[in-house]
Amino acid sequence: MSDSVTRAVGRSRDEGDRLTTVTLHVNHQERRLAVDPRTSLLDALREQLRLGGTKKGCDHGQCGACTVLVNGRRVNSCLTLAVMHEGDDVVTIEGLGDPGDLHPLQAAFVECDGFQCGYCTPGQIVSAVGMLGEVAAGWPSHATADVADPRIALTDEEIRERMSGNLCRCAAYPNIVAAIRGAAAGGPG
Amino acid sequence: MRSFTYERAVAAQAAVAAAARDGAKFISGGTNLLDLMKLGIERPTHLVDISRLPLRDIEELPGGGLRIGAQAPNSDVAADIRVRTRYPVLTQALVSGASGQLRNKASTGGNLVQRTRCPYFYDTAAACNKREPGAGCAAIGGYNRTHAVLGAGSSCIATHPSDMAVALTALEAEIELLGPGASVRRVGIADFYRLPGDTPHIETVLRPAEMITSVLLPPPPPGRQLYRKVRDRASYEFALVSVAAVVSAGQGTIDSARVALGGVATVPWRAVEAEAALRGRPATTATYRAAAEAAMRDAVGQGHNDFKIELARRTLCRTLAQAAQPVRSG
Repeated sequence: MSDSVTRAVGRSRDEGDRLTTVTLHVNHQERRLAVDPRTSLLDALREQLRLGGTKKGCDHGQCGACTVLVNGRRVNSCLTLAVMHEGDDVVTIEGLGDPGDLHPLQAAFVECDGFQCGYCTPGQIVSAVGMLGEVAAGWPSHATADVADPRIALTDEEIRERMSGNLCRCAAYPNIVAAIRGAAAGGPG
Repeated sequence: MRSFTYERAVAAQAAVAAAARDGAKFISGGTNLLDLMKLGIERPTHLVDISRLPLRDIEELPGGGLRIGAQAPNSDVAADIRVRTRYPVLTQALVSGASGQLRNKASTGGNLVQRTRCPYFYDTAAACNKREPGAGCAAIGGYNRTHAVLGAGSSCIATHPSDMAVALTALEAEIELLGPGASVRRVGIADFYRLPGDTPHIETVLRPAEMITSVLLPPPPPGRQLYRKVRDRASYEFALVSVAAVVSAGQGTIDSARVALGGVATVPWRAVEAEAALRGRPATTATYRAAAEAAMRDAVGQGHNDFKIELARRTLCRTLAQAAQPVRSG
């Protein structure tokens, strides 16, 4: 009934048994996938594209281990469907830097020992990249005294508040904050 | 997760038509719906993706108000300079909710219709009238520390989880809805939410296939705006109590006040009794205490959550005192 007025893109025909195709731009490469509509972006990245850097922690948006950038914004990849991201740009930890050419935040986490077991680290780093972009854009946070002021001072309190969606069960928080503070001060994060 | 079919809507009217199908649901940011689908609490058979509809803009309205598109992410609304300067209570409420990642995805419309975080609603082995009408309520007589003390009934004591909606209640926002047959209607936020009564599974006045298209903010009311949230963790946690206040005070007297409460009620709660107790009264601690008493007069504790009644009173007093300070000019 609605076929005439909604685009057929991504529409699956039967009751979920058919695969749907979706094209993502992952780490600047076009990737065409056939997915069950139920597939989260996280599972598509890990299980189909074999990009294991993005971690599955809680799978309910509570821990932040699955954080990726979608069109430049940090999101929980576990709480979004792959089919909803047709044409979107996705950046995972693998897209930020390589062992020989680390992103400044990756280098800062190594330098400051911003981890223990390391499981939350990719999510922490990708989240921090997104977060520093939000600060640069002047977005306020719960730690911002005057939300009308577009100039944000990146205090430790601001870093902690803005990174609260990334849990670290090893509690490496002091060093995570130090790494982000250092990378932010050292140039483009 | 149960299987479903998926389609991406490219026009608002088409989305509404598509949602008329049995078992269909809109999906926008998905941060609440997908969570619930993974747990088998929400079981749509068809998803209509409305996230790419051209409803993301924040526009000026004649007379000084704003129209916020229903697909505008929470982050965008919070960061909009017009919202920050004219409706700071809304920005403060938004940035006090969820995490940076979730706010980047969660939409304005989706935030309004998010479901309760009552642990018994989430536990499919427990009785819940919201999840399964007629099943009973395990929270009543259960562990109910986080539950409602206002607006609850014998069928449900779950709180409404939104911070944003509490600020919108104080701002007297209107919600614009698009229904089948191109019907458009506006509902004041006070009339949008339904008390649980005997039908706690029906949470709003949304009709089948009706879609939220925008939130309309009237011109900002006079006075200082403030949102204060009290919770178990300093960040990334739902409110035990929250207060949205807009207080206009001059010459030591309160001229007008808007007060809404979160975390304590089954719906975003407008504290009209508190507002009446403030209007025309001296801006003193005694007045704030009287307003807080008035706001919580009908509150009923369930045992574990009894503390919320006094916590709400104290949070009200402190927020009102701060909001009643004269607005600095220039």
